Amino acid sequence: MAKYLLLKHYRGAPAPVNDVPMDRWTPEEISAHMQYMNDFAARLEKTGEFVDGQALAPEGAWVRYDGEGRPPVTDGPFAETKDLIAGWMIIDVDGYDRAVELAGELSAAPGKDGKPIHEWLEVRPFYGVRPNVTE
Amino acid sequence: MDEALLRSLTPRAITALVRRGADFPAAEDAVQDALVEAVRVWPADRPHDPAGWLVTVAWRKFLDAARADTARRRREVRVEREPAPGPAPAADDTLQLYFLCAHPSLTPASAVALTLRAVGGLTTRQIAEAYLVPEATMAQRISRAKRTVSGAPLDRPGDVATVLRVLYLVFNEGYSGDVDLAAEAIRLTRRLAVQVDHPEPAGLLALMLLHHARRAARTAPDGSLVPLAEQDRGRWDTALISEGVGILQAALARDRLGEFQAQAAVAALHADAPTAEETDWVQIVEWYDELMRLTDSPVVRLNRAVAVGEADGPRAGLAALAGVEAALPRRTAVAAYLHERDGNLATAARLYAEAALRAPNLAERDHLTRQAARLNARRSP
Repeated sequence: MAKYLLLKHYRGAPAPVNDVPMDRWTPEEISAHMQYMNDFAARLEKTGEFVDGQALAPEGAWVRYDGEGRPPVTDGPFAETKDLIAGWMIIDVDGYDRAVELAGELSAAPGKDGKPIHEWLEVRPFYGVRPNVTE
Repeated sequence: MDEALLRSLTPRAITALVRRGADFPAAEDAVQDALVEAVRVWPADRPHDPAGWLVTVAWRKFLDAARADTARRRREVRVEREPAPGPAPAADDTLQLYFLCAHPSLTPASAVALTLRAVGGLTTRQIAEAYLVPEATMAQRISRAKRTVSGAPLDRPGDVATVLRVLYLVFNEGYSGDVDLAAEAIRLTRRLAVQVDHPEPAGLLALMLLHHARRAARTAPDGSLVPLAEQDRGRWDTALISEGVGILQAALARDRLGEFQAQAAVAALHADAPTAEETDWVQIVEWYDELMRLTDSPVVRLNRAVAVGEADGPRAGLAALAGVEAALPRRTAVAAYLHERDGNLATAARLYAEAALRAPNLAERDHLTRQAARLNARRSP
């Protein structure tokens, strides 16, 4: 088994096919989109492949250490140009092919006019936890 | 103490219920329910015959569940025609359960989970913790696996090779949690080797014992990897080594060689060397030649190239490596090592860095990054 992170972006991914910002959808279209995501997660739990799913708020900041005894520096809100992660799903599957298959299904979530968004999702393998026994 | 006993009784109880006419998924559920009751009742009231108690209680749970389910289930349980519950069979007749849990229709992950639960008697939570997934996910994985094999006959010998592969997966891929899956895999393989009249299960058991003997020496206190050549051999467990070697010799004497016996022979030759310099690499290469005849897997070719590099020098190793497909994990790391031995430090440093980026886990990535850093520091004054 191998764990993968499916990463969803607010910004920074290539443009999807059905590229309409969510605030131009109808409330029903938004509900349908959310329902699809929830159903997808529930289905993965039933297949024994679901590990975690979280959504992130669109605000945040860069923060760094600024030396002994000084408060950390923040550069304020993200610039409009920055990649912005919207959330993730972690899956535990037999291999890369299955991870790609599932990402493809998640990317088909409905958007404007109830049509699939075809959004680009990042698929990132986790490191294994422990080396196998090697000579 | 009771937990170990209960775990060891689990597969026999499941088998006893199946022999009485329960289907496998229902039998497994009923035995789990009985285990929960045992944990509750035994501390105050320990039965004289724990195995018999478990079967009796599990059978009652099964009947209760079957009666409650009758309306929903099409299959009718013929309660009247069942023999009265008697003592559990004294002999360990759980072999069929091993075959069922490693059924070819299951994915490796499902087979591992089902084996740990039905044969190993672990709880779903323990298995979930070991593989770092939520308990609900593991519960679904196990119940799907049970449904997948529920129609499979339990009275037909299965494929031993498949069972051995599943047990080796358990041994190699156990991560975390409170159950030591390597020790669990050894326990289950030990039971299997007693029941199967074939030297390969003994070969796998020997291989596990010989690997397990080196466990304490394989990682430094900070968690970093210690390569075989640099391990403190004083920390190898000599009792496990001699047990493993003894089991292997008895298996090899039966003259039915298989891949696990051959791999165990390599491990035994490493264990046999008082220092890394005294390793009999020529004989190890001969065992890899046997393995090539048995399996010819890319991983065997890669390991053989390492052994050839030690026996006949790094250039011979690099020549052997040419026949290994480029995409194989760890191939680049082996190439880096052989180039370093051959004195091509610039190439070796570049390959170590490249191998680090493709390492399958953090411990190996960090180890390979350090190797690259060590060579780069030596090259730049």
